[in-house]
Amino acid sequence: MQSEDSPPGAAGAGSAASAPAVRLSGLDITFHLKGGTRYQAVKAIDLSVASGEFVSVVGPTGCGKSTLLNAAAGLLTPSAGKVDIFGKPLVGLNRRAGYLFQQDALMPWKTALDNVKVALEPMGVSDAEADKRARDWLARVGLRAFTERYPHMLSGGQRKRVALAQMLIRDPEILLMDEPFGPLDAQTRQIMGNLLLDLWSRDRKALIFVTHDLEEAIALSDRVVVMSAGPAAGIVADYKVPLPRPRDIAEIRLEKAFHEIHRDIWSSLRIEVQKAYAMGEGKELVGEGSP
Amino acid sequence: MSRLKLLLLQILVMVVVLTIWHVISNFPIFGDVKTIRFFFSTPFDVLARTWKQLTGAEIYWHLSITLTETVLAFVIGSAAGVFFGFAFARNALLAAVFDPYIKAANALPRVVLAPIFALWFGLGIWSKVALGFTLVFFIVFFNVYQGVKEVSPTVLANARMLGMNERQLFRHVYWPSALTWMFSSLHTSVGFALVGAVVGEYLGSSAGLGYKIHEAESVFDVTGVFSGMLILALFVILIDSLVTMVENRLLVWRPGQSSTTT
Repeated sequence: MQSEDSPPGAAGAGSAASAPAVRLSGLDITFHLKGGTRYQAVKAIDLSVASGEFVSVVGPTGCGKSTLLNAAAGLLTPSAGKVDIFGKPLVGLNRRAGYLFQQDALMPWKTALDNVKVALEPMGVSDAEADKRARDWLARVGLRAFTERYPHMLSGGQRKRVALAQMLIRDPEILLMDEPFGPLDAQTRQIMGNLLLDLWSRDRKALIFVTHDLEEAIALSDRVVVMSAGPAAGIVADYKVPLPRPRDIAEIRLEKAFHEIHRDIWSSLRIEVQKAYAMGEGKELVGEGSP
Repeated sequence: MSRLKLLLLQILVMVVVLTIWHVISNFPIFGDVKTIRFFFSTPFDVLARTWKQLTGAEIYWHLSITLTETVLAFVIGSAAGVFFGFAFARNALLAAVFDPYIKAANALPRVVLAPIFALWFGLGIWSKVALGFTLVFFIVFFNVYQGVKEVSPTVLANARMLGMNERQLFRHVYWPSALTWMFSSLHTSVGFALVGAVVGEYLGSSAGLGYKIHEAESVFDVTGVFSGMLILALFVILIDSLVTMVENRLLVWRPGQSSTTT
């Protein structure tokens, strides 16, 4: 179950059972912008994530991290290359994945409870059963007392907790997270990070976590993937994080090993951040482009 | 400013206006009192007439006619507006083909249709319902269209990632979003349904509040006209506060109350 850093050619060798949860090979994604111009967001991406593995993707703003995630979710169709989910080519939306968005994605007209409950409706769970399980999940993310609140009555952190419960209640085999804690303040991020680790470590799923915060990435994950500055961003480095689990993400930042890894990864990330900065921060296409 | 002070100032405005009206119509400052009364009546006459009408039975029959027309125009206009709003928002070709016609129809001042509707549907309530319909339909149609179009892409993507099919997306995402937009225009569309009814009655009918006002006008009964207007205003305030109650119930999930008013 360890991650493999082998080139895409080796993919066919493994059986479906040992196939990585997500495998992107030779992935190109180009957006057609208004006025006929084209923007190549990512180019020749090879990335594979085994089940049970927590992989963070870091890179400068607008480098196409979210684009990568959207391709794995099936929300975007790549211009070239392949997306394989557990060894099978992805067609349409990725039914085996759950997605946690950066922006608010809860239905504002539903209470916290109904937002979590509705996630079970496509699976044909009865209403009474869905109600019970949704309450249970809200309690697990620490919102037992907030079931009847509408999203606007909840804080940013609480809304993320509801979104987390909404995603996890379906028990997806792959978890995709797009800077989920980006809009939150520093303390809330740490609390949410620990909550996430706690929930994830119970039944480790494949998890791709996109962030621009390198410390968060190291503290949470088994592997950190560094992307280059866009356009035509690619993967420039892939680091293992050999820190022991269980971790407390506030404590782990103080350890010596953490600093060594941080120094290593930052050495490659810094170059890309500077490149992106030099190109001018404002003009790139950020995140959620639709095809 | 305290509520009491505000209320006192609001009452003061009314008292001042009524006093000026009373003085002008009772003392020969700007000419003959009789002439002025002919054109402007007096506040006490108007209030007395209004009171007499509101304590009598006849006015309620007229009000019930106007209310029936308003409700019918609102219900039918909203239903059609929701249906076509959805159809057009979910079908780009349909929207593109009909776009110029919708715009042209909406640009037309609806009052000019009143005589045609009277010809088609007679002088009964249905010609007034038709006029109200043409006003309500476009408001609801454009709001629902906008509501479906402007569903947050993130909410939509999230719902799809949760595995919802088209029917479930409709139920949990598109429909509530469209309803929000429709409710936010509730004051406007109910108001326009009433405008359609009253204008229709005014232009040709044998019952309703618009008919009452028109009847008083045709015999130069200015007191009757003002009294009719006062009753109409009270009626509108009553309906509007009912709409506000409905709106507050239906939009509990909304952050701030951002209502549109007529």
